[in-house]
Amino acid sequence: MAKVIVVTSGKGGVGKTTTSAAIATGLALRGFKTVIIDFDVGLRNVDLIMGCERRVVFDFINVINGDAKLHQALIKDKRVETLSILATSQTRDKDALTEEGVERIIAELAPLFDYIVCDSPAGIERGAHLAMYFADEAIVVANAEVSSVRDADRMIGLLTSKSRRAEQGQPMPQHLLLTRYDAERVERGEMLKVEDVQEILAVPLLGVVPECPSVLQASNVGMPVVLDDKSPAGKAYLDAVGRILGEETEIVIPRVARRGFIDRLLGRTA
Amino acid sequence: MEARRAGTVSNDSPLPFQIRGTSSTLLALKVIDPCDPAFFIHLANTLALAPGFYRNAPIILDLAAVARKNPVDLTIFCAQLRELTLTPVGIQGATADWERNALAAGLAVFPAGRSADPVSVHGRAAPLPRPSTARLVTEPVRSGQQVYAAESDLIVTAPVSRGAELLADGNIHVYGPLRGRALAGTNGDRSARIFCRHFDADLISIAGYYEVNEHMEPHLFGKPVQIRLDNERLIFEPL
Repeated sequence: MAKVIVVTSGKGGVGKTTTSAAIATGLALRGFKTVIIDFDVGLRNVDLIMGCERRVVFDFINVINGDAKLHQALIKDKRVETLSILATSQTRDKDALTEEGVERIIAELAPLFDYIVCDSPAGIERGAHLAMYFADEAIVVANAEVSSVRDADRMIGLLTSKSRRAEQGQPMPQHLLLTRYDAERVERGEMLKVEDVQEILAVPLLGVVPECPSVLQASNVGMPVVLDDKSPAGKAYLDAVGRILGEETEIVIPRVARRGFIDRLLGRTA
Repeated sequence: MEARRAGTVSNDSPLPFQIRGTSSTLLALKVIDPCDPAFFIHLANTLALAPGFYRNAPIILDLAAVARKNPVDLTIFCAQLRELTLTPVGIQGATADWERNALAAGLAVFPAGRSADPVSVHGRAAPLPRPSTARLVTEPVRSGQQVYAAESDLIVTAPVSRGAELLADGNIHVYGPLRGRALAGTNGDRSARIFCRHFDADLISIAGYYEVNEHMEPHLFGKPVQIRLDNERLIFEPL
């Protein structure tokens, strides 16, 4: 039976979809049968990041409404054999999601996959609620700045009180993933330090993903960033995937690279 | 306007007023069909059952049941309520249309209230709750969460985040960092106190007297602190 992982944050723009795509692809690269579901009904993005937007015929909402069979809507990734995508509808809104519908689809997917990655929309309303409600485990994505941290804190509170596991009195394992971490801005005091964020949120740290141009480049060409083997962000995501699987590797916190004399003379950035 | 306000009083004269938080229990009139021609006749009959109780009673109009209908003129509606000795003070549970109408009629808009579960008056009386001296919370209290210890103390052994809220009719003890709001003595107990190991609260209140973070002594932040009420003043003391 598949393990259901929700990627959520409360705040928008912190990197949820990038993270969902990277984590799902990373798990699939390890050989696990993985499906990524886009819960952001009306703002369909996962298919773009995964580079399969032209292949969407039926979507998550069609399956919920019984207009299509699950196997018609599942899109197999062309690069990673064990990876599938369940895109969402661009024309509907979050009201198209029903608790029974989501539960039914997750139950149908569970025997077919090892991991189900739910990409949550921003906010704490219906879409975000249903994305996390059936989860077995949560990845809370945050940036090192106060509003994102506060929203993440709120989301952790909801995960520990409003998810199905919480309602059944079971623990809900949660991981904090800090994304878009800019060591230079942290050094200048413009962003929070990793330790500060951990102190406030008090959930185990899954990884720190550096702010990195390769993320946008990867999105632009519809490729999960973990498939770019030169990307520092991709590397950080692959390490995080290892930790989800129980590997105990040291978390690398990006530091400001000291520039050499020649580099400074030539105005190169490290 | 600004100059007049700031210029004509000296800064060291005490303010001639005080604003503080308070909470009162109000009656709510759940309006189901305001257009029923017999509405006020039925209401008058009901009020006649306990005229002393209802005389000049402040009352909130609960409009949840009619929120989707076109608003009636609340100015006229309230005038009729006042004739029956009720004092309408606000509305809740309505849509923007109703709210505009209410503000025009001089009514406040209350956030949608949670009504208590109806208490059964039939059959056996419910057993009295076991007296408890304190409510214990061991998990972090996160932003947006609210913990209330009714008629008892509240003990939190974990962090209380910014935007979280602790309420207790008795004392509050916090052993993790206190970054949120803590309101002790919420039913008016002026002897209630707040104790914390790492003080960094957004807001502190005892029996309705409150202080916000901006007005607290910065040298206390991060330290163990107790807060008590002395003659309508909150006293912050290092522990």
